Amino acid sequence: MTDLYQLTDLSKGYTRGREAITIFEQLTMSIQEGDFIAIMGPSGSGKTTLLNLLGGIDRPSSGSVDCQGVRIDKLSQGKLAKWRAANVGFIFQFYNLMPTLNAAQNVELPLLLTNLSGKARKERVATALDIVGLADRARHSPRQMSGGQQQRVAIARAIVADPKVLLCDEPTGDLDRKSADEILETLQLLNKDLGKTIIMVTHDPSAAKYARRELHLDKGRFVEAAELAQ
Amino acid sequence: MFDQIAAVTLINLRSIPQRALLSGATVFSIALVVMVLLGFLAMSSGFSKTMQGTGSADVAVMLRTGSQTELNSGLSVDQLRLIEEAPGIARDANDIPIVSGELFVIVDGIKRASQTEANLPLRGVGPAAQSLRQGFTIVEGRTYEAGTNELIVGEGIIREFAGFDLGQTIRLGSNEWVVVGIFSTGGTVFDSEIWTDLTVIQNLYQRGTSVQSIRARLTSPEAIEEVRAYAENDPRLNLDIQSEVDYFASQAGGTAMLITYLGVPLSIAMAIGALAGAWNTMYSSVDTRMREIATLRAIGFSGFAAAFGTMVESLALAGLGGLIGAAGVYLLFNGVSASTLGSSFTQVVFSFAVTPMSVVLGLGLALIVGFLGGIIPAIRAATVPLLAVHRS
Repeated sequence: MTDLYQLTDLSKGYTRGREAITIFEQLTMSIQEGDFIAIMGPSGSGKTTLLNLLGGIDRPSSGSVDCQGVRIDKLSQGKLAKWRAANVGFIFQFYNLMPTLNAAQNVELPLLLTNLSGKARKERVATALDIVGLADRARHSPRQMSGGQQQRVAIARAIVADPKVLLCDEPTGDLDRKSADEILETLQLLNKDLGKTIIMVTHDPSAAKYARRELHLDKGRFVEAAELAQ
Repeated sequence: MFDQIAAVTLINLRSIPQRALLSGATVFSIALVVMVLLGFLAMSSGFSKTMQGTGSADVAVMLRTGSQTELNSGLSVDQLRLIEEAPGIARDANDIPIVSGELFVIVDGIKRASQTEANLPLRGVGPAAQSLRQGFTIVEGRTYEAGTNELIVGEGIIREFAGFDLGQTIRLGSNEWVVVGIFSTGGTVFDSEIWTDLTVIQNLYQRGTSVQSIRARLTSPEAIEEVRAYAENDPRLNLDIQSEVDYFASQAGGTAMLITYLGVPLSIAMAIGALAGAWNTMYSSVDTRMREIATLRAIGFSGFAAAFGTMVESLALAGLGGLIGAAGVYLLFNGVSASTLGSSFTQVVFSFAVTPMSVVLGLGLALIVGFLGGIIPAIRAATVPLLAVHRS
């Protein structure tokens, strides 16, 4: 497997009043294409911040984020938006669907940024909804669906433009166990069958078990499993 | 980019019911602004239409030099006779010059709507007066008999003032009159007048043989120059001579402008209030959808699309308010009769006229309010922090 991401000496901090707060410092890691990583750690450990940096919705204080030769930390806002549209699918804890659009319209949103024709877009939307098992709910609005179904619509939206990487922020954090397992199985399927690289932030150890590997972030650094056991 | 903008706009417009109360208040306030503006413009254009629709190009109005209105003019019977002999004055089939010396006095009338007193013009006219008014017809009753205390009353007076019904006896000042006819001149300013025989007015108001104005039919509109030249060469004729069209156009200008100058600042003051409402609504729109906007931008939508969608929502609310305001004014006021003080200090009855141009102006004002109210929230939408995607 080749490297998808290369993070080098990555630091991120912010100031609150006069106080400088460091989230992580000098973080170096690589993420390979086709991997399924669960990033775990206590609240405030920097999990979501790391996900934001990987997705190009936040910028590091220093260091570099390289994705297949593209220094995304150096891209302008406009170029970064285009890079996100082409390379990243986001899945959020609270689904972040547009409540006034139906499932198909929500899924179609990333395709509006492509040059695909209306017909091609509809075909892609139907395929994405089929993959997540919601082909029959295309015309339903989010409020007519359960949390699990809404998250599956969000997954369909994340994969519809065929991005290389899916970034999932606590994707099962708002769901019951059964729905959570269904979502995780879907993510596993996307990783195994479609080769999507998945980086998932989670608090839930049973969710993390669906990943190929787990990374534990604590006080801004990755800790080994043995260290964690202590 | 067009697809992005269309999607964001659709999301924005569909989310309006989520802020129904605020959005409704904005639409209502903008509708009120447009109603006030269009109300004043309808009044102004209705008044102008009445005044400017009055008069013929081939009728000359003559006043004493320097007097702007009939009220402060005074002419002698000798001057009247001299004008009858002037070149350019038309004559009837019996070779009698078509000239009317007229006397104009102010009497009190009671407004039907408010039961308050208002000034009305009582005009003493010569035999040629009726043929000098284009479209003059007696619509009910008959004309007055010369030398009697009989009146004929314009249609506008009947609509707006009490006590002038056909056959009724009415006291004006110290004299009693009988209404024997109702006349129409097709909605011109003469419909706001009361007419009787010139000599009766001269006697009752102790004016001797004097008149205040002379109206004369010209052989052609161009013949007014001959009459002017004749008057300038005779030192006994100290006259300002205008065509009737020009006379009423100049009379209309002042009052119509006054109405407009009152209405426009009031509308602008109200528009500033509505602007605050629109701004608040659109800010709320952006704030309540902060996560949605951030999500769209995280997916790759541009800030411009987010701003454009917000602006379209603002313009849509303002446009709706403008349309409601314009429709409201049209339904409530267009064609409604009212009266106001004209330049002779007497009431002129006119109809509100909502013109296409005033509707365009009203909608333009509404859209300006929408644009200004939406611009800062639109900038805010374009710069929503992407980290707002994680908001619960």
